[in-house]
Amino acid sequence: MLIKKPSDIQPSEITPESVYRRRREFLRDSAALLAGGAMLPPLAFGQQGDALKAAAPPGLTRTPPATWWEDKFETIAPAPSEEPFYTAESLTPYQDVTRYNNFYEFGMDKSDPSNRSSAFQTDPWSIEISGEVAKPGTYHLEDILKPHDLEERVYRLRCVEAWSMVIPWIGFPLADMIRRFEPTSRAQYVEFETIIQPDTMPGIRSPFAIVDWPYREGLRMDEAMNELTFMAVGLYGSFLPAQNGAPIRLVVPWKYGFKSIKSIVRMHFRETRPNTTWNDLQANEYGFYANVNPAVHHPRWRQDTERRLPQTLFSRQIIPTRLFNGYEEQVAHMYQDMDLARHY
Amino acid sequence: MTSAASRARPGLGLLKPAVFSASLLPLAWLFWRIAANDLGPDPAQELAIATGEWTLRLLLITLSLTPLRQLSGRPEFVRVRRMAGLFTLFYAAIHFFVWMSLLLAFRWSAIGEELVERPFISMGFASLLILIALGITSTRAMVRRMGKNWKRLHRLIYPAAILGVIHLSWILRTDLGEAVLYGSILTLLLGYRLWRWLTRSA
Ligand code: HEM
Repeated sequence: MLIKKPSDIQPSEITPESVYRRRREFLRDSAALLAGGAMLPPLAFGQQGDALKAAAPPGLTRTPPATWWEDKFETIAPAPSEEPFYTAESLTPYQDVTRYNNFYEFGMDKSDPSNRSSAFQTDPWSIEISGEVAKPGTYHLEDILKPHDLEERVYRLRCVEAWSMVIPWIGFPLADMIRRFEPTSRAQYVEFETIIQPDTMPGIRSPFAIVDWPYREGLRMDEAMNELTFMAVGLYGSFLPAQNGAPIRLVVPWKYGFKSIKSIVRMHFRETRPNTTWNDLQANEYGFYANVNPAVHHPRWRQDTERRLPQTLFSRQIIPTRLFNGYEEQVAHMYQDMDLARHY
Repeated sequence: MTSAASRARPGLGLLKPAVFSASLLPLAWLFWRIAANDLGPDPAQELAIATGEWTLRLLLITLSLTPLRQLSGRPEFVRVRRMAGLFTLFYAAIHFFVWMSLLLAFRWSAIGEELVERPFISMGFASLLILIALGITSTRAMVRRMGKNWKRLHRLIYPAAILGVIHLSWILRTDLGEAVLYGSILTLLLGYRLWRWLTRSA
């Protein structure tokens, strides 16, 4: 079961929910509660000064992949109130963040990942660290997470398909994790791989799939070490659902969403640029860098504007797309001498 | 068969109204989903996909009517062919309008750029232009006026369908299942015609 009934919720899961919320979200959640007929006592909204910016609606909290996750989520540092680790733009509601996904291992429709991922196994989970590092090995996820304090970050997510969301992630900086494995001076790039679980991933079993699984992505080392680059293990104060890349995924907010690889099982440090899935599939469409850029159109989608989700037919937010998705100040220096139209 | 004789067949008077209503069902379903707020967080994209798929389905249905008539010997199939073709155009027009209005917000310069710069859009547009030409010339008066040329012009329905499937296959990103499905049906329908043509002239 993916979504818990309110009666199943453990007290420890409720903790992150007793938090500050904006009135709009409170109203929406109240409506959801009423609709579900749940009779939870009102939570103490706005009680804690140092609370998270956002929490999953009561009743929709995820089941933790294993019990140790609950302890890990006990203390989460809330996002600061200023850019770049936070944006005051309206959050995309939890229901949309978790039901409108691209995760092609589960299918091509946006609803496939949430509808077809209930069998996905995220425990036990380990990540293989290999290549140009002093401490290679296969590490259990609990050990990988142990030294890291979780924090919240509210980032814009811009998909190459010209839609975007604002998502409160829970996780830790990738740079902190990478340092622990002590990359050598020859580590110029880091390559990531998504798990292959054919039994639980219908998209992988399709006879007409044209992707050479596993899904692969990569970053240049300076991109990986950038302060914005984030490893997420949760969203909205709760554990990552399968469709959002459970149990651990990358978040690179200044790049198109496909760079933010999900359900990671391997990180390989290397001297040469790795192949990446979309680039292999259509090199003229998907570049290695994939930096958000309103001036460089993709052969399928123009990129000068984006549809900020959720939309309704009567209130469509079509907003201008910003260079580097609005994170120019933090990242532009890494691409100073590059022709962004050529290195798309 | 004269039209007087066909009118005499029971139930035939209902054929056209029935097909007409059935062709409106997908649209009614979309309106229902709009009203019920069931299109998800990106309704514009959802509508574009749904109307595109119905355009292609109706196009393939239209193309299957002549073979069905020939295989079954029942003339009813061909009697609704023009209506099916016009409904194809109708859904294509909605599809196009959804794209112009909801996805591109009537930014005319962007619309112009997209039509020439995105290959998958150009393919869809070429297909739409054919459908419009066929729609305009679908009246009885036009059939009479154009004589032999009418048949020639209306064979453009084949490239229109092929362009539609190419348009679709360029949209699909990781799995070609949908294009294989529609492409196979189209291959069957065109293959049947080719086979008849070859066996007839032999
Ligand atoms: C100027 C004319 C046209 C334009 C601008 C256009 C544009 C589009 C767009 C923007 C989409 C959504 C693409 C996406 O999911 O990213 C789409 C989908 C689709 N279109 Fe068109 N189209 C046109 C004509 C046609 C015609 C004539 C047909 C059929 C013969 C057609 C069949 C389809 C189909 C089947 C889809 C669904 C793809 C899917 O299942 O994801 N289109 N079209």
